[in-house]
Amino acid sequence: MKGAAVGGQAVAWRHSPAARRALAQARRLARLAFRVRRRARRAIVKVGDRWRRSLQLRVITATFVVSGLVVTVLGFVLMQQIAQNIIASKEKSAANVTSVGLALAQGWAGVRSLPNASSGQIMYDIVSNLQSTSSTSGTDYAVIVTLPPKYQGSPVFSGGASVGFSGNVPSPPAALVQQVEQERRPNPSVLRFEPHSMSVLGQPQAPGLVYGGPFGSVYQLYYYFPLTAEQGSLAQAQRTLLLVGVAVVFLLAAIAWLVTRWVVIPVRLAARGALLLSTGNLDERMQVRGSDDLAALATSFNQMAASLQEKLRELEDLSQVQRQFVSDVSHELRTPLTTIRIAADVLFAAREDFAASPGRSAELLQSQLERFESLLTDLLEISRYDANAATLDAEPVDVCDVARQSADVAQQLAERRGTKIEFRLPAEPCIAEVDRRRVERILRNLLVNAVEHGENREAVVTVAADSVAVAVAVRDFGVGLRPGEEQLVFDRFWRADPARARTTGGTGLGLSIALEDALLHGGWLEAWGEPGRGSVFRLTLPRIAGEALAGSPLPLEPGAADVDAVVVELPAGPAFGREPADSAGGSPEAVEPPEAVEPEVSGQPREASDSDAPSHPPEGGDSEVPGQPRGAVGSEVPGQRRGAGPAPDSGRESEVPARG
Amino acid sequence: MRIMKGRVLVVDDDAALAEMLGIVLRGEGFEPTFVADGDRAMEAFRDFKPDLVLLDLMLPGMDGIDVCRQIRAESGVPIVMLTAKSDTVDVVLGLESGADDYIVKPFQSKVLIARVRARLRRTDDPAPEMLSIGDVSIDVAGHAVKRAGEPLSLTPLEFDLLVALARKPRQVFTREVLLEQVWGYRHAADTRLVNVHVQRLRAKIEKDPERPEIVVTVRGVGYKAGPG
Repeated sequence: MKGAAVGGQAVAWRHSPAARRALAQARRLARLAFRVRRRARRAIVKVGDRWRRSLQLRVITATFVVSGLVVTVLGFVLMQQIAQNIIASKEKSAANVTSVGLALAQGWAGVRSLPNASSGQIMYDIVSNLQSTSSTSGTDYAVIVTLPPKYQGSPVFSGGASVGFSGNVPSPPAALVQQVEQERRPNPSVLRFEPHSMSVLGQPQAPGLVYGGPFGSVYQLYYYFPLTAEQGSLAQAQRTLLLVGVAVVFLLAAIAWLVTRWVVIPVRLAARGALLLSTGNLDERMQVRGSDDLAALATSFNQMAASLQEKLRELEDLSQVQRQFVSDVSHELRTPLTTIRIAADVLFAAREDFAASPGRSAELLQSQLERFESLLTDLLEISRYDANAATLDAEPVDVCDVARQSADVAQQLAERRGTKIEFRLPAEPCIAEVDRRRVERILRNLLVNAVEHGENREAVVTVAADSVAVAVAVRDFGVGLRPGEEQLVFDRFWRADPARARTTGGTGLGLSIALEDALLHGGWLEAWGEPGRGSVFRLTLPRIAGEALAGSPLPLEPGAADVDAVVVELPAGPAFGREPADSAGGSPEAVEPPEAVEPEVSGQPREASDSDAPSHPPEGGDSEVPGQPRGAVGSEVPGQRRGAGPAPDSGRESEVPARG
Repeated sequence: MRIMKGRVLVVDDDAALAEMLGIVLRGEGFEPTFVADGDRAMEAFRDFKPDLVLLDLMLPGMDGIDVCRQIRAESGVPIVMLTAKSDTVDVVLGLESGADDYIVKPFQSKVLIARVRARLRRTDDPAPEMLSIGDVSIDVAGHAVKRAGEPLSLTPLEFDLLVALARKPRQVFTREVLLEQVWGYRHAADTRLVNVHVQRLRAKIEKDPERPEIVVTVRGVGYKAGPG
């Protein structure tokens, strides 16, 4: 019962408004402390950063610390010396005064007898006499004449100009008195003294010196010398020294700052020059002034820059020559290749009249010439990119339209494979400033790839747009890509498994060209893939040619649920609505995750491929006069001769199964 | 449609290719003659009076472009360029110098024959037909064009282009459609062909080619005949 009650109280306490306020206060405090700590930490980090980065700061700080230490030690020693000297001279003059006084007192009449009734008067006379010489000796002191305690009689004293005793006459220090008493003879040369606190007028407990000695029968004479003046001059010296020391330290730091500036500024200039040089500004040079070490630094820096520039120019020339060579070779090859091509056509047309092996040879010649041509075309296109000779013919184009048109080749291939290509296009046109020919080539390439590597499953083309970009994603549900291959697919002549025989007619350059095409637009071409889940190639192009892209209207990686949901969701862009539900909606033909696919089997040559066209001749070659054969989009068009497309017109006069 | 078998002048410095072209052309019933360098091309052209010229752009002696210009200055005979370079600059330069069409090496014999035939193709005795756009009148059968009564000299290709546009005034033709109707391409190929030839046509028929009134550009779509 009691425990429960206490618990209840605790709960009640926790809920009381005061407690809540206190808690809030505590929280505020904790937050404040945290903030302060964070700010302090940031400041420390900042200073530390500055410290690490600035040579100048470090040099100045070191100079400051070291010179400060040196000046402190020096000042200390100097002060000691000065104090000693002052005290020593004071002691000397005090000893003089005392011995003169003792001699005078010794010769005073009546002091040789033991104290009697007249000794008071004698002591008084002596004291006044001694004090009167104070003005002539130039030292200020007080004089006391005393008798040992066993003799009755009060001590007699006289203060100086600035020395006096307030209240009772002090008794001299016991140690001194003892020493004086032990001195039997009045020996003025042996003088005892001791610093003693005495009250100087207006300044109680001032430091001072006390001298004493015996005279006469048992009389004792004591001198009090105040050290006020010495103390004053010592303080003055100390102040001066401190001022000079601080000035010296700061002066040294300033000198260090100046010197490091002289050294550091050229070094900083050199660093800046090197940075500019490294960012490609090869004309950057340092100013050479005079002939000192820094001038030598500038000179060698400039020499380095010059030789670097020279080397780079040589390299540039070399690569220019190489690119020109590739381009020239490609062009020079074309004329003989034309002759060979036409000769092969003639032989091929006449193969019926040949025996079996020459006939078959004519067929092989024909089909392999196709491949050779595709390779040459792609090579030329790549060399054009390498030579930076590619130009963008951008015009406003509906990318959906381009996507549909570029699908025709892949569509034929897909029909032969018994699969289909599904389009998910937004209702509104996706207008973008693009080079139609290049975008068509990219998409044709991606689509043919998707059909080829799609393991006879459908390929999905999704187009989406937002206010600044248009994206096309081509999805297949084939073997997919292994980790790391997303980048490799764009490499020239790359194959997933080099040992695997080439079964498709690709040149191995298609995706490289597609990537270059995308980059020329200022766009992106990216790949995603997972073994067994298929792959996605996403092309993103800016709506206005040359504008920088910040993002893509389409996701690259399909969502996790997408393994069986074929649909790549269309994002509702600001300008473009969702696709009609009937096309974007559910996917009854959901593809199961093809777990049966072994990753090893997935070593499909993922090269930027064309199609395996030679084995699938389109029908009706001769009837297609005049003009271009169906499907050979741009096959005779400059710069796009089968750039990426398959060679569907090969062997169209009859079946030329290049490979069984 | 009747296919005209005709005389073809092949101007090419590559002996093997020229011979091969000869074999193919003869096989199709054409009558080829060969010239190997540019300087003698004009002479051969005048002697031989071909129905079509196959012209390699890279020639020893006079350049293919210059040969093309000279032929065009004398005659409207169809010229098909053979070129190893497919860059825009080269192609447009060739077309602007007067070529009707071009083929990029390497090409198939079929393609070559198809292009040659397309350029030689003429409809059988076209029905007497008079067309007019603005102040330009076209006599289709007579193959004559007059502007304000003054005869204009057009190449057959330019004439075909003008007729195609004039037959359906106010209809907008895309470049692809024109390529198919005038050049005989079945597929969208190279729209530069259309652009260059429209410019050449305008230079001949328009009063001010900078502000065309007869062949009008419809931005983003193509071309149409007639003012407005």
